[in-house]
Amino acid sequence: MTSQSTITESAGHASSRKAAKGTKLSKAARREKGMSRIPGNPSRKFWVYLIPGVIMLAWIILVPTVWNFYLSFTHYRGIKPPTWAGGYNWNKLVHDATFWISFRNSIWMIIAMVVIPIVLGLLVSSLLFDVVQKKFGAKTASTLRAVYYLPQLLPIAVAALAMGWILRPDKGALNSLLQAIGLGNLQHNWLGSPDTALIFLMIIMIWIQLGYPVVIFMSGLQRVDPELYEAADLDGANWFQRFRAITLPSIKPEIFVVALTCTIAALKVFAPVYMLTKGGPGTSTMVPSYYSYSQFFQTQQVGYGAAISTALTVVIVIVSIVFTNVQQKAEREDEE
Amino acid sequence: MTTATAHSQDYKKLAKVKKNRSAGDWTALVILIVGGLVMLFPLIVILLNAFKTSGDYNTAGPLSWPKEFSLTGVVKFWNASNFPEKVWNSVWTSGLVAILAVLLSILNSFALGIGRVKGRRWIVLLIMLANMMPQEALLYPLYIMFKAIGLYNSQWTIVIIFTVIQSAFGTYLLSSVYGTFPRAILEAATLDGASRWKILKDIVFPISRPTLSVMLVFFFIWTWNEYMIPMAFLVDNSTQTVPIAVSALSGDKLMDVTTTAAASLLSIIPTLIFFLLFQRTLSRGITSGAVK
Repeated sequence: MTSQSTITESAGHASSRKAAKGTKLSKAARREKGMSRIPGNPSRKFWVYLIPGVIMLAWIILVPTVWNFYLSFTHYRGIKPPTWAGGYNWNKLVHDATFWISFRNSIWMIIAMVVIPIVLGLLVSSLLFDVVQKKFGAKTASTLRAVYYLPQLLPIAVAALAMGWILRPDKGALNSLLQAIGLGNLQHNWLGSPDTALIFLMIIMIWIQLGYPVVIFMSGLQRVDPELYEAADLDGANWFQRFRAITLPSIKPEIFVVALTCTIAALKVFAPVYMLTKGGPGTSTMVPSYYSYSQFFQTQQVGYGAAISTALTVVIVIVSIVFTNVQQKAEREDEE
Repeated sequence: MTTATAHSQDYKKLAKVKKNRSAGDWTALVILIVGGLVMLFPLIVILLNAFKTSGDYNTAGPLSWPKEFSLTGVVKFWNASNFPEKVWNSVWTSGLVAILAVLLSILNSFALGIGRVKGRRWIVLLIMLANMMPQEALLYPLYIMFKAIGLYNSQWTIVIIFTVIQSAFGTYLLSSVYGTFPRAILEAATLDGASRWKILKDIVFPISRPTLSVMLVFFFIWTWNEYMIPMAFLVDNSTQTVPIAVSALSGDKLMDVTTTAAASLLSIIPTLIFFLLFQRTLSRGITSGAVK
């Protein structure tokens, strides 16, 4: 205890006070700078635990990130060594209409992979937790939860394959279904026409994503004291009132986690586009990740691909910093 | 640990079903079931066609009930892809990634959440870069580096890369959970004179186990389902994972639709079993380690 006080207290403090605090730490002293949450252990003694993580991170992520940034200033076709190109790729990027279209489509992907799944996920999870689990049993609730989670279990390659085949114009399941119920004239090449490709890609992404918020939100709701709901019930609060007063505030941390991870996933989305539409028809479903991939590996414009992916990384990093700022602010407000 | 029992008590309390169901309750159930059927529709279509003959499919279309139960598609994919080999490749790489990524997340989060090292917010963001980087941006540098050390076309590349990528999310989640780790327990441990390592091993690890097992399940499924990096690094047929084997079909024009359906079905069975085994883990909650 004494050694801890020596570390935590600034030199200006009188030794008599030190002795007094040695036995019983005040709340302010607990939050002393440079101290860990374990009493008597300064933060700097914890660096050693970060060593393996930081070495791995540097090797797999940081070095390639810097490397990729460097490549964006070069002409490189993958075979002969890269040659310096200065700002050529970046200048090209700013004037490239396809690049801007790909980011516009990213906004649609955020709507399909973040906004709609979170709204629907809140609805589904709170109905499952607050109504179904209580009135129809935990088993019904967990079965339904598993159903909503199922698409998340599909490898994206499989989900895309199955969906592409359901939506294909010739004998696809959707067209067959329309035919069967007498709406045959509505048959369409859903993913092959510029007017419907993006909207159907979005529907597929909603279908894939929805289970993730449902599972995370429901697990967050387990934390909530059931007596809160019972008390609200006795006060005659309806489902929506309970939702706003109890459900929503309780799972705020989970909403942040889901929103951030899904936004990153939406900005990075690649495999469904690669497997279903290849960005087309034309550029109607072009997204940044697929665009840079096609530059990297199809036209072998590695330098230009690197510029696109660097731009995408910068956007993702900015979004993440803004996000965690808001999150921290919200957490601090909650503490007060 | 006290919360774990408290939670199971809550759970029991909730398990007692109240029978006074109102019309609104039934409406909610019906909406959820209809929504569930929409979610299941693609899987129902896969199931309907996985056991059809291609002749049957060509005449009756994708929505009819199979005229006869045929295993042709399943057998064809099983043999063409050497399915057991692909499952084994996926199981051991995903399993190892899940375990290693959880361990790495624990070490990182102990320093960040409990150790509260200086600049922890920026360190978390730096670690999260693993999650933020578009994977195609990593491919060229990683390809050159792994080729130089002779690990190209080896599943160990997948294990190493995804351990780092998954542990980024793990560190983000777990360090905030450890940031609210009950101080009373940590204080009690120091009174017993436990070292930092002992506190991590004997107190923090067991108490946060519910969160860790949810992370383990997610990491396994996410790694299993990964597409771009395994496709780029595992060029040999014998090293490939299940999703790559299935997607190889879509490029193969000789494969008919019923084989594709059978392949899709086969490929989800292992993850489905894994998920059902760990269903209960998920309900215990990602943040239940944090005592409020």
